[in-house]
Amino acid sequence: MSNLIKFKIDSKECMAEKGTFIVDAARENGIYIPTLCNMPGVKPKGSCRICTVRINGRLMTSCTTPVADGMEIESNVADLQNLRKSIVELMFVSGNHFCPSCEKSGNCELQALGYLYQMLVPRFPYDFPIRKIDATSPKIIKDQNRCIQCKRCIKTIKDEQGRSLFAFRNRGHRLEVVLDQELGHLMTEELADLAMKNCPVGSIIKKEIGFNTAIGNRKFDHHAIGSEITL
Amino acid sequence: MSKPVIATTSLAGCFGCHMSILDIDERILQLIELVEFNKSPIDDIKTFTKPVDIGIIEGGCCNSENVEVLRSFRKNCKILISLGECAIMGGLPALRNGIPIEECLHEAYIGGPTVQLNKDHILPNDDELPMLLDRVYPCHEIVKIDYFLPGCAPRADLIWDALVALITGDPLKLPYEVVKFD
Repeated sequence: MSNLIKFKIDSKECMAEKGTFIVDAARENGIYIPTLCNMPGVKPKGSCRICTVRINGRLMTSCTTPVADGMEIESNVADLQNLRKSIVELMFVSGNHFCPSCEKSGNCELQALGYLYQMLVPRFPYDFPIRKIDATSPKIIKDQNRCIQCKRCIKTIKDEQGRSLFAFRNRGHRLEVVLDQELGHLMTEELADLAMKNCPVGSIIKKEIGFNTAIGNRKFDHHAIGSEITL
Repeated sequence: MSKPVIATTSLAGCFGCHMSILDIDERILQLIELVEFNKSPIDDIKTFTKPVDIGIIEGGCCNSENVEVLRSFRKNCKILISLGECAIMGGLPALRNGIPIEECLHEAYIGGPTVQLNKDHILPNDDELPMLLDRVYPCHEIVKIDYFLPGCAPRADLIWDALVALITGDPLKLPYEVVKFD
């Protein structure tokens, strides 16, 4: 017996296997729901809220909610788009995101979401917080000015013994993602590449390769984020 | 009907946004048919000589003179546009936000690795010089700004399309390629 169930996203008939998270099910049906903290192969935790959809009048994170038979999901509607845009704006003002001087510019998922929602100026005042940069590792720079605390590096960057190279430090508004000093020094080239790739912003930058892709050839120069999913 | 009047200025910016205005290439001939320039580095008119319709601001506010010029633009212009990242969020000059002024001045005039001639360790402190602000402010934190055109520098097509839309009253289209933050 097939496990396929039917549901609707913005009135479009969709099908997916039972138990699939909405964001993945949407992707299989050619519908893009934006994500930041979520990435394929990693257990979702629904912390960034950018994937918020509405089901039965309630706001839910689509990366942590499985589809159910007959579910009717609202995603690409004006008020939810505005909500997502406000989340992007909040991230921009709560850190120090200087796109013109950032090595990740053009390949940055947060910036790409700013482009997607045509953020011309954030509606919130800039915070200009005082944050530190850790450049002690021979391979990477960990820049707290740009970190959005998505936890993707903590979950995916591990050494051969399974030890995470990154971890949370402090709590509340002092919370930051830091690099283990000892493991940071032993970091391999491949792991440094992966860490930079998995970071959705420019908080993890590999040393000595900055600005190596010309403007015009970068990931989001010509194509909006999610355009490869949208049918 | 008389032509709409435009004024421009560069506050704490690098003039890159003005370069981008010139980057509309031969459309500049159309532009001078469409509008008249008043106070602007482009025609070197130093003071406002008539009411202005559109004021274009490049750069954020890093000193007292920037604030004064910005306020005079608000007073003399019907519409103000923040052009580029520096006007919108402080841009690269705002990298100093969070560093105390004393430390910035010390680095620039006394302790910096390229400082060699300032043997008497003099910090600029003349009445003629504008005072540095405690940090660099986005323009919309000082006066009301009506429109924002991001980019470093904003694409010439974005500037052109925005000006034409403002002058003709047509809605502004924002294709993906023109809204960029770098």
